[in-house]
Amino acid sequence: MIEVNGRSINFIENETVKELLKRMRYTFPNVVVKINGNLVKRTEFSETSIPDESNISVIHMISGG
Amino acid sequence: MNKEKAERIKIKLRKSSVGIAGAGGLGSNVAASLARAGVGRIVIVDFDIVEETNLNRQYYFIDQIDMVKVEAIKENIQRIDESIKVEIFNHKLTKDDMAKPFQDVDVVVEALDDAETKSTFIEEIIQKLPKTPIVGCSGVAGYGHSDRIKTKKLDNLYLVYDKDAKDSKEDVLLAPKVILMANWQANIVLEILLGEDK
Repeated sequence: MIEVNGRSINFIENETVKELLKRMRYTFPNVVVKINGNLVKRTEFSETSIPDESNISVIHMISGG
Repeated sequence: MNKEKAERIKIKLRKSSVGIAGAGGLGSNVAASLARAGVGRIVIVDFDIVEETNLNRQYYFIDQIDMVKVEAIKENIQRIDESIKVEIFNHKLTKDDMAKPFQDVDVVVEALDDAETKSTFIEEIIQKLPKTPIVGCSGVAGYGHSDRIKTKKLDNLYLVYDKDAKDSKEDVLLAPKVILMANWQANIVLEILLGEDK
């Protein structure tokens, strides 16, 4: 199992951040992702795979300021 | 008022420095609030000029229209407190160069407009200034729904967050919610600078 924004979901072997975002239906283009406290750059989403038991935070940035 | 506590806080804030990326609806109001609270040094970066349409939410006035924003905000900060050290940079924050103005501040405030720039800025500060806390904001558009706003904390990143807000291109930007979230950011900055003191 992995935890995404406090929600437990199944672990999938070799799943990348990009694939996880798709599975979670997070379609926002601008997100900040941390795996176990470590930032994953957006340019590395498709090459970073998620280890089992990971704790993942996804927040999306909305325009306006 | 607890005078002893007020004095203690005053001394601490006077020695503190805060960097603010963006001097729009969020940044100008964060700056004004932190100036009133007594933060000793404020570094602020923006490339824009004050426009009439900004006055519905940003900390500027009619006679400042067409002024460079960072110069206008400096003027307004010094009208609140002449002794605050204000460092201004009138340029656009560009990728790979975003952390530069904020090397020696205690806390960085992300007060940018565009979602893409916000993400890039947060990524860059986390990487280049890993020890510096960063207080960001996402979802200022609209009105009402104050109760949706939350503080999301991810290690050194604090995000004032209304996850159900719309993109500003599809909604309105108005003083109450923008200033509420700006002051929410400023309030987190104080918590970081002063530590827990209930």
